Amino acid sequence: MPDARIKKIIKEIGNLARSIGRKVNLMEVCGTHTQTASRYGIRKIIPENIKLVTGPGCPVCITPQEDIDAIINLALAGVPIACYGDVLRVPGFYGSLDQAREKGAFVKEVYSVEEALSCRKEKPELVFFGIGFETTAPMTAVAIKEGLTVYSAHRLFFPAMEALLKIKGLKIDGFICPGHVSTVIGSKPYRKLKIPQVISGFEPEDMLASVYLLLKQIAEGRAEVENEYSRSVMPDGNPRAYNLIFEVFDAAEGTWRGFGSIPSSGLEIKEKYSAFDAKIKYKDILSKIDFSKSKLSTGCRCAQVILGLEESKECPLFKRVCHPGNPKGPCMVSTEGACYIEFNSTGQ
Amino acid sequence: MCLAFPGKIIKINKDHASVDFGGIVRDINILLVDDIKIGDYVNVHAGFAVQKMTRKDANEVLKLFSENAGR
Repeated sequence: MPDARIKKIIKEIGNLARSIGRKVNLMEVCGTHTQTASRYGIRKIIPENIKLVTGPGCPVCITPQEDIDAIINLALAGVPIACYGDVLRVPGFYGSLDQAREKGAFVKEVYSVEEALSCRKEKPELVFFGIGFETTAPMTAVAIKEGLTVYSAHRLFFPAMEALLKIKGLKIDGFICPGHVSTVIGSKPYRKLKIPQVISGFEPEDMLASVYLLLKQIAEGRAEVENEYSRSVMPDGNPRAYNLIFEVFDAAEGTWRGFGSIPSSGLEIKEKYSAFDAKIKYKDILSKIDFSKSKLSTGCRCAQVILGLEESKECPLFKRVCHPGNPKGPCMVSTEGACYIEFNSTGQ
Repeated sequence: MCLAFPGKIIKINKDHASVDFGGIVRDINILLVDDIKIGDYVNVHAGFAVQKMTRKDANEVLKLFSENAGR
């Protein structure tokens, strides 16, 4: 997008912010949007009365401590594990996967679940730690159908948006909706929420355009679902990928760090594929874990930061004790975590 | 990570396709997209094609990427 157009959008954002007058909270709920906003200084570009709040868009961050501790215990018990890179250093009560690896556990970092499938030649008993929302769940579904054993910590994202709107003390005037979850689920599901929403792409131009569209809705008293990421998001999404999720998984009660329990937000492997469900296969090991210890470090405010109730800098541990070299919670470990991003923000 | 890259399908082999990301070719799983033909553009995330794209949109994304690379 030529600079002249960006300048025009920024000017229009300013005009709209002035005409609205009051404070407006726009929540982005996707880790990559958090990164783009930080990298390109979007918060500094938008007017003072418009606040861009970071929500629970980081899959690693919202995965509950119990699931982290479960997979680490499996690793320490000799079960070979494959996982996406971000999970490696999340600290659990029993250490991290990275530390388990140092103790001799087999933990393989993968970019794609297909690498986990290939790894089975070397390690037939490999368990893949399935995290992420509707974007990665179809990929895990494909892999389960090809015989990969999976510990599922997958979540459906939309129920969390509904839950966010019910939190006392959290003021949300509009959502910037996640780009690739929407690629799978489409734009239609968001209509259920009666609040301004714009599905956004990941470039700074996309996010600025999305802020503009949201402010225009607010100024005009509209509450619609607009699609700024039309190059990837169709109204019906990707039905093939979406249906694959529910061919392999059932929606069940899901626990989220920060929220606690949200109905129909977790994805559990269907009975038909129970032979590939690590939670069943390794029930013996998992049932002996003491989950009473599965809590965040004392003082860690990840649970509040994830919900947008607090900012990273309000956490007593942020930068003082907690930093990427010594993360106290998942928000500082994951490259999509609010604290990691805030820590690395150059403040441009 | 939500980062996705557009690429062009240059060869198809059952569930997989060779996808050209502007010079770099990678083997990508195409099970999540329907009706893929050689010459189609797809949005790729974590080793899987997640959506078909028009050539115009794919090129626009690549242009945005290269414009923002220096910023």
